[in-house]
Amino acid sequence: MEFRDEERVFITGNEVVARAAQAAGAGYLFGYPITPQNEIMHHWRHIASQAGRGFLQTEDELSAGFATLGAVLTGKIAFSATAGPGTILFQEPLSMAEAMRLPLVIIVQQRGGPSTATVIYSQQEVTLTCFGGNGEGLRIVYSTSSHQELYDYTIKAFRNAWKYRFPAIVLGDGYQAKMREELILYDPSSRAGSRIPNEPIIGGEQVVHMQNAFSVEEELGEKLLIDLEDYNRAIPVLVEHEFLGGAGGRLLVVAHGIVGRAARQAVKELQARGDRVNFFRPITLRPFPEEHLVKACQQSGNAVLVAESAEGQLGRLVRLALADQVLTSFRSYYRPGLGITSEEILEEARL
Amino acid sequence: MSELSMPRCYNRESKPHRFCPGCGHGLVLKALGMAIDELDISSRMVFACDIGCSLLAWNFFSVDSLQTHHGRTLPVVVGIKRARPELVTVAYMGDGGGYAIGLQHLVSTALRNDPVTVIVVNNTTYAMTGGQMAPTTLEGQHTKTSPGGRDIEETGAPFKGPESLIGVAPPESYLARGTVANVIRLKKMIRKGLERQLRGDFAFIEALSTCPTNWRTDAAGTWGFLEHEMGAYYQVGEMAAGREPITP
Repeated sequence: MEFRDEERVFITGNEVVARAAQAAGAGYLFGYPITPQNEIMHHWRHIASQAGRGFLQTEDELSAGFATLGAVLTGKIAFSATAGPGTILFQEPLSMAEAMRLPLVIIVQQRGGPSTATVIYSQQEVTLTCFGGNGEGLRIVYSTSSHQELYDYTIKAFRNAWKYRFPAIVLGDGYQAKMREELILYDPSSRAGSRIPNEPIIGGEQVVHMQNAFSVEEELGEKLLIDLEDYNRAIPVLVEHEFLGGAGGRLLVVAHGIVGRAARQAVKELQARGDRVNFFRPITLRPFPEEHLVKACQQSGNAVLVAESAEGQLGRLVRLALADQVLTSFRSYYRPGLGITSEEILEEARL
Repeated sequence: MSELSMPRCYNRESKPHRFCPGCGHGLVLKALGMAIDELDISSRMVFACDIGCSLLAWNFFSVDSLQTHHGRTLPVVVGIKRARPELVTVAYMGDGGGYAIGLQHLVSTALRNDPVTVIVVNNTTYAMTGGQMAPTTLEGQHTKTSPGGRDIEETGAPFKGPESLIGVAPPESYLARGTVANVIRLKKMIRKGLERQLRGDFAFIEALSTCPTNWRTDAAGTWGFLEHEMGAYYQVGEMAAGREPITP
């Protein structure tokens, strides 16, 4: 299966992820079944036999995550995909990836929570993907809102995980996973700045001893200082967002992922009616585009409406980013585990 | 230690090692070091250690080494081996990592016949955390969480690792139990285990070991417990691996 430079396709989000990983040069997927991400494995299994890539269905998500870490240690671009309770188990390998600066890439297709809950949709894995684990959340989390973004940011997740040596997560959901949509696939190697610096970490000429347990607090403190400096230095280049509107607005609607689509649509309709409502969508949830949000908020009369399919997981990030702003109003449209339409957001934003 | 008795693959900068006086880890690692030297594979070796006392071995050898998480060493080396089959991997762990928190990985790796070499050090206790009951604690043995002696009615019988894998691992694999009471034989087993990996098959060696710190034993008591009480329950030797052939 030769990859053509550009190809217009109409496929599901899960297939998009598998095709993006193939295009990025991923060599291995270690996975464990959980809905709604299963078809990533199914498509990858097909790609593996057609294009000579590796695949192993492991005994659980812990094994999937740690085997992925083993593969990336050797310089192999490798990934996994999960959801819900699987994302909980993935906190353990993610935590080791943060500690040992290993480029673990996982795709999370959010399902309803807590616990087993529903198999298709929510936006309830924001806190877990951004801040799960017994550390400081030194991760890169992309929230996508279209199949084109799912493709683009899966490729980017590999690149930035290897470039900055922090784990990267592409945060989708079951709606994005299961629906079909048009997008353009391309060969990223034909584009500038696309190289993934996947040099082997072990198995090279020099003997390496990789430490993960420290004897004294000061030893750990010194190591964390370096990691935090590296992370903070990368923030300005990592953060991404979408803004629609301009100065003199009366309200800023903030939403991410697929709810961002509904919010964008609602804001466009209001703007067409002459209503000065602005729209902000964080694409990186971690690190969060705080400065850009502050500016957008100031352009919107310091009035904010947050819409999400969770009970304030995005809302908390927004409140934190705007902690120094004097807001004229902060309203929320929280629907944990439920889809949100553009009509609902339009109704809320009109008030 | 004389020049002659220290394996070439040792990292001399990390010696003397940091295990407690009387601990068996140093002897298991010495057996492994001698086997690595004999096979001349140190340039291809990846040594991964678990969490617990085994983590202290992270810079023991002058080979690529890493510390992982408690119970997760095996999936890490499986990932390494699948990505770079020419590397020789050892997963080094204690009985808690191998038989409790990481047992699903041990069973699945044996079932798949992944070509990796697993060494589980059985000292009948969780040593690093202060001497709690392990899957391998003997009946009646006193630990911090079995202060009246292990009651097998309540906690089940002590876990026999290699025997449990007989019905799981395929005939091509290697299963054995050695002891630090016989380092030369243990070295032979570990060497066979590495050779089995080089041939493309799974290998598992349990090493009976000592923990005078948590056993609260003197030298005679330590060796007595290892040779007589542990030796009576845990049979040393090679096990004929081989799950039942599946007939229609």
